[in-house]
Amino acid sequence: MSGLLEAYAKAAGEDTISHLRQLSSTLNGMKVVHVNSTREGGGVAEILCRLIPLQQELGFDSRWEVITGDKEFYQCTKGFHNALQGNPVIVPERLLKEFEKTNRENAERMRDALEDADAVFIHDPQPAPLIKYFPNRKGKWIWRCHIDASQPYRPVWNYLRKFVAQYDTSVFSLAEFSQSLPHPQYIIPPSIDPLSEKNMDLPEDEVNRVAETFGLDRSRPLIVQISRFDRFKDPIGVIRAYRLAKKFAPGLQLVLAGGGATDDPEGGAVLGEAQEAAGGDDDAHVLLLPADAHRTINALQRAADIVVQKSIREGFGLTVTEGLWKGKPVIGGNTGGIRIQVIDHHTGFLVSTPEGAALRIRHLLLNREKREEMGRKAREYVRQNYLLTRQLREHLTLIAGLHHGSEDRIGMG
Amino acid sequence: MAFAVKDCALAAIATGVRAHNLRELRDNLLTVHPGSVYYHFWGGLLRPAFESREYMNDFANWSWKAHGLHDEALAERFSVIDPTDFADLEDLRQELVEVASERLEESEKLRLLHADRPFMFIRSQVVIFDTYVTFEHPSQLPTTAPMMTPSSFFFHFVDARRRTKDRIDDFREWLMEYGDEFRPLIDRLASLDPYFVTLTELKEKIVKIFTGYFAGETV
Repeated sequence: MSGLLEAYAKAAGEDTISHLRQLSSTLNGMKVVHVNSTREGGGVAEILCRLIPLQQELGFDSRWEVITGDKEFYQCTKGFHNALQGNPVIVPERLLKEFEKTNRENAERMRDALEDADAVFIHDPQPAPLIKYFPNRKGKWIWRCHIDASQPYRPVWNYLRKFVAQYDTSVFSLAEFSQSLPHPQYIIPPSIDPLSEKNMDLPEDEVNRVAETFGLDRSRPLIVQISRFDRFKDPIGVIRAYRLAKKFAPGLQLVLAGGGATDDPEGGAVLGEAQEAAGGDDDAHVLLLPADAHRTINALQRAADIVVQKSIREGFGLTVTEGLWKGKPVIGGNTGGIRIQVIDHHTGFLVSTPEGAALRIRHLLLNREKREEMGRKAREYVRQNYLLTRQLREHLTLIAGLHHGSEDRIGMG
Repeated sequence: MAFAVKDCALAAIATGVRAHNLRELRDNLLTVHPGSVYYHFWGGLLRPAFESREYMNDFANWSWKAHGLHDEALAERFSVIDPTDFADLEDLRQELVEVASERLEESEKLRLLHADRPFMFIRSQVVIFDTYVTFEHPSQLPTTAPMMTPSSFFFHFVDARRRTKDRIDDFREWLMEYGDEFRPLIDRLASLDPYFVTLTELKEKIVKIFTGYFAGETV
């Protein structure tokens, strides 16, 4: 077994790797390409930069392509993102033209890589129209939606649906996000990589050092929310929950930290709103971190007593998985993929309001044993269900399924 | 008489069909893809789970749990359905429809009640592949079975019950080819209920039965 597979076997179990190897051997080194819109920042890039090497290690000819565009392109796709999560967004015709032009240009650049691939995974709406420019594609094309699209703004979805409907299949994180489409819709939650800098074990002195860097007092309680500065992550609601809880736990500290993503033009404005809301409180830290600050984020999550992810819409919420993996109880918004990770009263608490979050913060701060018990359950739950190896297994199952038609039972090997 | 060890992986596919109340559940059960009946009965063992399940299928869980229908009687009746009692998925589907219809007739409240969260019908696609491991003789079970994956145990111990002639697991079917030689082992396997444990626990229990039997332990 190679060093990489051995390392995954340690984290996920020998069984898991053995299963992956056997499943991979039936797919005989297929050429698999993933396309998204950013190489750094956000959950999709994080998954891909770990998934590709693991696929290669298992004998696949895997590669990762990134669609690039100008400011107007990202303005348009951010509008799509907000609309898919339910905001009524009118995207001007001018931006739609730019969106399709950018996809056409990128299609030419990627033609050699995509045309003869056995499986092409297109992530999220940004590169969705690419399929239109590959009439002679050889393999199966899969549209992977990472967004909570349970109640999309219909005019925008109807526009995107024209492209999505051309795919051989689509993948959603939850069944609730699936849409009316003329092809099978697979349900595959995303995952975290236990070996990445963001999730690997860290020495305690490194955690202390990072805490010191940001002026955190490790003898006092700390709650941490890590996420992009996006209104759907409700940073203002987190600050309000912190303020409500601090009345009862005066020593409480808050870290609200995230990096910018190159495909998110609204991040700066939301960061400004959060900084203003937290202003004047030395214990409320709003931090804009570099996109590669993975170890710092890891240390902040480990320094926390409680991890918070109070999103009001969430496709999945990898920061929830990260917190659980580090043995922390997570207080999460009762929405989307958070619901399948935060098992209420077991791995954390689901809340609907800042007031609810404050109540659970107070409860957990008073009960150290409860925090520790939840943390133990949380780590094991992630180990069994939300590590990268499970996601890869499901991708391979999907590829096998697509290459064998729509039968319920497919015999291979 | 060799036993070829296979393994499987399950893909979940959304059908787009959902039920907000018991009447919709019953009506959708009449037409939903048969792979959906399979998924909601057996798929639970192969997908993310937290601790052991209170009820052994998704219909029963939705009938009772928070955000579902909160009807304990319905949950208990769905839960007691043993899928191996039915010749195929169509017969099993019919039984589910019967239970839902009966409860609708009994309870006026259930005719009106809407669940907080709908029941999402999902269907399964099972990919089965060779592991290239074979047992030439049952005496190899204690040494080789521990190397099988939990999903391989799912395939041979749970899924087998809807494929084999007598609706039993593959291990027992194979051991029966030796006549009564392994009867006590067959009986021990028969007494193991696979529906309330995780697959990892199921594997541990089966391996323990194999090692115990060949070490000469008595029950």
